[in-house]
Amino acid sequence: MRYPAAVLAILAAMFLVLPHVYGNQSVLFTMMTFMALAQGLNLLYGFTGYLPFGYVGFFGTGAYATSLLVTFTGMPVLVCVLGGGLAAVVVGLILGPLLRLSGAYFSIANLAASQIIYYVVANEALKHVTGGPYGVKIEQVYAPTASYATMLAVLLLATGLAAYFRRSRFGLGLRAMHQDPISAGLAGVDIVRERLIVWLASAGIAGLAGGAYAWNLSVFYPDAVFTLQISVFAIVFALFGGVGTVIGPLLGAALLYAFYAVIGVSAPQYFELLYGLLIVLLVLFLPNGLMSLLIRRNVDVL
Amino acid sequence: MALLEYALIGGILYGIFFSLVGIGLNLVFGVMRMINLAHGQFIMLGGFGAWLLVHELHLNPIFGIPLAVLGGILIGYPLYYGVVPRLQRSQDPEMLSFILFFGIAQMIEAVMLFIFGADQRSLPGEALGSGNIGVFGQEFPDSWWVAAAVSILCIGGLWLYFTRTRLGFATRAIMADRDEARATGIDVDRVSAIAFMIGLSLAGIAGVFVPYMVGSVSPSIGDSLTTTSFAIIIIGSLGNPLGTVVGGLVFGVGTMLMQTYYASWSNLVPYALLLVIVLIRPSGLLGKAVRSA
Repeated sequence: MRYPAAVLAILAAMFLVLPHVYGNQSVLFTMMTFMALAQGLNLLYGFTGYLPFGYVGFFGTGAYATSLLVTFTGMPVLVCVLGGGLAAVVVGLILGPLLRLSGAYFSIANLAASQIIYYVVANEALKHVTGGPYGVKIEQVYAPTASYATMLAVLLLATGLAAYFRRSRFGLGLRAMHQDPISAGLAGVDIVRERLIVWLASAGIAGLAGGAYAWNLSVFYPDAVFTLQISVFAIVFALFGGVGTVIGPLLGAALLYAFYAVIGVSAPQYFELLYGLLIVLLVLFLPNGLMSLLIRRNVDVL
Repeated sequence: MALLEYALIGGILYGIFFSLVGIGLNLVFGVMRMINLAHGQFIMLGGFGAWLLVHELHLNPIFGIPLAVLGGILIGYPLYYGVVPRLQRSQDPEMLSFILFFGIAQMIEAVMLFIFGADQRSLPGEALGSGNIGVFGQEFPDSWWVAAAVSILCIGGLWLYFTRTRLGFATRAIMADRDEARATGIDVDRVSAIAFMIGLSLAGIAGVFVPYMVGSVSPSIGDSLTTTSFAIIIIGSLGNPLGTVVGGLVFGVGTMLMQTYYASWSNLVPYALLLVIVLIRPSGLLGKAVRSA
C-alpha cells in the first residue's frame, strides 16, 4: 500500500462494488461520510497538529449552503454541492485568525465558532431563510445514487490530498512546521501561508461532504448536521487509525463506524462509554493509532 | 428602567455563580497546564449528587457541598496519579490531555445516562428558602442569593489558600514555573494532585446549584458548561481567582442583558465573547494562548 493511485483505486472499487453485495446503502453512505470527514480532519490535525474541535461547523455550513442554493437558485445540484464546499472555505477564511492560537485554545475557539454558526442557522428569527429549528427540505432533488457517487468523489479527493501532503515537498514543509515551527520558518517554509492552505483544504472537504450529505438526506433538522458528535467521531476515527498517514483515518473510520453500525445504533450509551474508554486507552497507550504499529516495524505505509 | 435593573442585578448574581463554575477549570489549567475537558461533566456529577441527597435521603441540597468535596477527593486522587504523570512525559501533554479528558467526559456522560436516563432533573425550589430577596425593588429567589453567597465563600477560601498557606504558596510557584518549582524542592506531583482535587471539588460544589441557576440538570449538560467555563476563564485571567470573578461578571451581565432584550440570541453570548476575546487580546489576557511562530 505504498502507492497513492493503488489506495485510491481500491477505495473506489470497494465502494462501487459494496452496494451490490450489502443491501443497506445508507450505512455505506454514512461510512463514506465519516471516512471523508476523518480524512479531512487528518489533513489539518495530522499534518499541522491543529485539532479542529468545531470541524462539524464546516460540515453543517456545507450542508446548509447546498440546501439553500438548491432552494433559492435552482442550479444543478452538483453545482450547489460545490457551492457548499466553497461556503465552508469562505467560513474557513473568516475564521483564519484562529490559526494564531495554539493548541487547545485553537480547538476551543473553533468549537465556539461552530456553535455560533449553529445557533445562527437554527435561530427562530431566521426561519424564513434557513428554516430555523424546523430544518430544511430539498426532497425535490433527492437522488440516492448520484449523491452516493458524489460522496465517493469527495472521499477520493480528501484521500488524494492526504497522499499529496504525505509525499510532496509541500507536505515535508508541513511536517517540519509541525515538529518545530521556528526552525521550519528559518529553513524557508512559509508557515503562515501553508497552514492557511491546509486549513482551507480541510474546511473545503468538510463543506463538500456536508453538501453531499444534505443531498442524500434531503430532509433534515439543523441538529443532524451540527451535532458535536460529528466532530467527535471524525477525531476518534482518525486517531484510532493513526493521524498523519493516509490509510490510518480511512481504516479507523471504516472499522469504528462498522462497529457503531452494529451496536451503536441500538445501544448508543454503550457505544459512548466504549468510545470514551477507547479514547483514554488510545491516548495512554497508542497515541499514534493503529498505523504506528506498522510504522514501528519499519513498514512503509502511505 | 426596571428591566435594565433586573438584568444588571440578576446578571451580577448569575455572574458570581458562574465564576464558581469556571474557577475549578482555571485552577487545574494554571497548575497542570492541562485542560480538563471533563470539567462540565464533573459539575453535572455535583448536580446529580445533590439530586440524590434530596430525592433518596430527603436531605437539604446544601449537603451536596461536603459530598462534592468528598467526590472531588475520591475521583481526583486516583485520576491524577493514574494518568497525569504518564501524560506529562509524553511528546505533547497539552493536546493529548485535552483528548484524554474528552474521553473521560464521554465515559462520565455515558455512565450517568445509563443510571439516570436522559431526563432533566430539577430540585425543589423551597429547599434553599422559598422567599425572594429584593434589592432596588428587584426580587430574586433565595436560591440565587444562596448560590452567590456560597460562590463568594468558595472563591474567598481559594484566595486565602493561595495567600495564607504553604501549600498555596507552592501551588503558585508551580503555576509560575513548574520546573523551577521542582528544582526548589517542591513536591510538584503532590501539590498538583491537591490542586486537581480542589478543582474538581469546586466544580462539584458549583454543580449543586446548577439545578437552581440553570433550571435543571441532565447527563448531557456537561459540554455546554465546559465551553461556558472556558469563555469565563478566558475573559478573566488565568491563575488568578479574582480574574475569574471578572470573567463571570462579564458573562453573567452580558447573558442577562441579552436574555432581556434579544432573548433568542442569548445562547450565543458565551461563544461570541470567547471568540472575540481570544482573537482580540490573546496575549493581553493570557500569554500562553499565542503560538511563538
